[in-house]
Amino acid sequence: MSGAEKIAVRVTDITPLNELVTRFRFEPVNGGLLPTFSGGAHTVVEMRDGDITRMNPYSLMSDPFDRSAYTISVRRDDEGRGGSKFMHTRVKVGDEMIVSNPVNLFSLDLRAKKHLMIAGGIGITPFLAQIKQLDRAHGNWELHYACRSEALGSYVDYLTTTHPNDVSVYYDDQGQAIDLDSLLDGQPLGTHIYVCGPKGMIEWVRGKAAEMGWPREAVHYEEFLAPQPGKPFEVKLAISNKVIQVGEQESLLEAIERAGVDAPYLCRGGACGQCETNVVQAEGEILHRDHWLEDDEKASDTKIMPCVSRFEGKTLVLDR
Amino acid sequence: MSKFEFPPSIKSRPVWGTLEARAGKHHLMIADAEGAEAILGIATPELMANTHIIYIPAGTDYAARLSALKPAQFYEGPSYAAAVTRIQRVLQDAHMGLQVYLTGTEGLMGQAMHEAMQAGIPHTAIQTEHRGSVARRMQCVHCKGITENVETDPFVCSHCGLNLFVRDHYSRRLAAYQGVCIDAEDPGNVPEPKGIYE
Repeated sequence: MSGAEKIAVRVTDITPLNELVTRFRFEPVNGGLLPTFSGGAHTVVEMRDGDITRMNPYSLMSDPFDRSAYTISVRRDDEGRGGSKFMHTRVKVGDEMIVSNPVNLFSLDLRAKKHLMIAGGIGITPFLAQIKQLDRAHGNWELHYACRSEALGSYVDYLTTTHPNDVSVYYDDQGQAIDLDSLLDGQPLGTHIYVCGPKGMIEWVRGKAAEMGWPREAVHYEEFLAPQPGKPFEVKLAISNKVIQVGEQESLLEAIERAGVDAPYLCRGGACGQCETNVVQAEGEILHRDHWLEDDEKASDTKIMPCVSRFEGKTLVLDR
Repeated sequence: MSKFEFPPSIKSRPVWGTLEARAGKHHLMIADAEGAEAILGIATPELMANTHIIYIPAGTDYAARLSALKPAQFYEGPSYAAAVTRIQRVLQDAHMGLQVYLTGTEGLMGQAMHEAMQAGIPHTAIQTEHRGSVARRMQCVHCKGITENVETDPFVCSHCGLNLFVRDHYSRRLAAYQGVCIDAEDPGNVPEPKGIYE
């Protein structure tokens, strides 16, 4: 069985935070305690929607030391493939669901002398857990949080009340923006940056840090890519000797799983590298959408990340 | 000729690089002896305008040429031990955007790298280039004493007097290679010492 170990949980609380974001609380069905995790970890939530099973990663935002429950915050994406919409409209208190053991691809580097966190929108969630972890260890951190408006600023009140001196909030609609040049200039040696938010924000921070001579190892980022819908296509799985159809709203990984073929995965968001698959033959264009493969690997069309990438063309044969 | 091609070895052995000028707000260059050549090789007026050079000549006469590069700050010290408090102070006051360049002997680079790591710089972000002597800083695994500038294998521990075999097993924390007693089973049966890379 691929992926991290699974846990049966019950939804014990659903709290709408604003127009777009809702918080879900999961407790283990069998009582007992959940596995502990570290700040920045995510869980993959399985959503059974008729014949379709969607599995989306969500950052755990609860206290990493609280093993009685996991909480996640889900931003509704009406343009997406329906995972977040399913969470918002179909999941009810009392429902049983399956989540994965926590996996951390965005952990704190505890050798850092200071942790500088930069969040955009729903990218705030992993920081909520990291802050709880750092506070227990008396860690040195500060958070810069950009959101669209006061109405959409999830957890702003909580953060500014509990940590008034460590949290700065910027509202787009009020023309406020992070002054990145000044922020990065003069940070003490040993500071690490953590950025989670939209792609543009991550690239902006990484680019500026590199320009100012920050080591690559001191800049951490997390961006989950949701698999984008696309034209249906056909794939041949060479090892299992199967020909499968990938639907418009389905990812290649999901189609492989639906065909009963066990394929490795962890993050399902193009980041962790677990699902990397060799391409035996490709007549057409592989639409690489991950940020795992190197550019030359993408250009060579010898590998594909089936969790987010797709194909357009005549024949695709995978070594799976 | 100050460059030496180290033979391939075990994973523990450090692999030194080649210095290159990198983007950064400030630059700290620490060198001993022939390491000066590596600095002379990458120096430009723009780079030197934000560079602090800490240099230990160790009997060589490069200091005047380094000083003529007009770095923002230039310090010449008689030994690493004399320079280390300055290195610590510079790192303590430094900010992100500092680039660290280490060049010269393995002992100098290893010890200065330890200080930079303690200050919070990931070791993979610290540039190095070996120049000059291939002598090693060795730790005796028996008495834990450090012997500097070891040129032969085996050698005699300067602390406890055991005959030590020069290993490639390296400690980043101690900035030293490990020396292990070579005649423990058969005391006195010690091979003729020869150069480490002979």
